[in-house]
Amino acid sequence: MRIPILKLHDYLLISVQVDLDDQTALQFQEDVLNKIHQEGSRGVVIDLTSVDMIDSFIAKVLGDVVDMSNLMGARVVLTGIQPAVAITLIDMGIVLEEVPTALDLEQGLDRLQQELEG
Amino acid sequence: MQVQTHVDIHSEWGIVAARQAGRKLAREIGFGSVDQARVTTAISELARNIYLYANKGQIHIEEATSSGKRGIKIIATDEGPGIKDVRRVMEDGYTTSGGLGAGLPGVKRLMDEFKIDSEPDEGTTITTVKWLR
Repeated sequence: MRIPILKLHDYLLISVQVDLDDQTALQFQEDVLNKIHQEGSRGVVIDLTSVDMIDSFIAKVLGDVVDMSNLMGARVVLTGIQPAVAITLIDMGIVLEEVPTALDLEQGLDRLQQELEG
Repeated sequence: MQVQTHVDIHSEWGIVAARQAGRKLAREIGFGSVDQARVTTAISELARNIYLYANKGQIHIEEATSSGKRGIKIIATDEGPGIKDVRRVMEDGYTTSGGLGAGLPGVKRLMDEFKIDSEPDEGTTITTVKWLR
C-alpha cells in the first residue's frame, strides 16, 4: 500500500487516510524523502485528520520523517492530530519534540510559510 | 452474552488486524473515542512486541466484568524468549529494538490494570484491563 503524495508548487501535501501498518509507514517515510529530493520541495504538510491511532512505532516513524526532511532542507508540519490521538500520545509519554504542528491543512500551509520565511 | 475475539500475530498484518478487532469490541462495549484510542494503541503495542520479540503469538480480547463494572480485557501471549528483567522493560525509554522505549510502560498508563507473567525461554503473557467509567 502506498500513500499518495501531492505536489503543490514548492510543497508536498500528504493526507494519511489508511490504517498504517508498519510496512506502509516505512514505505511512506522513504517515499516522502524521495519526493522531496525529486521535486526540490521546501516544505511538507502531513495531514493526520483521518488517523485514529498513533502508537510508539508510528510516532517514531513520523518524528524521524520530520528530522530526515530537516536534514535534507525541507520543513515538515503535522496537521489535524485528533483529540483522542493527542491524549493517547501524552498518556504514553510520547512527546514529538520540536515537531511543528497545526490544527488543519490551511493553518499548516500558513505555518510552513512562516517557518520558511521566518 | 460475553463477546470475545482472538487474533493470531505472525506478521505485521496481525498487528493491524488485532487493533481493528480491539477497536470494534471497545466500541461495542461502549467506550468513547478517547478510550477506544487508548485500547487500540495498547493492543498495537502488545501485538508489535509479540511480532518483534517472539515472531508469533496471540492477542485475545474479551469483555470483562467485575462487581458491576464492565470493561475490556486484553491478553497477549507468546512462546518467545521471555522478558529477563521485567522491572527494566517497565522503565520509560528502555529499548532493545531501537524504538522509543514507550511500549510497555505506555500500555500500563493507557490501561487500568496491567500484569506481566514471563519465564525466560518459555514465553510471556501480558494481561491488561480497561474499565468503562
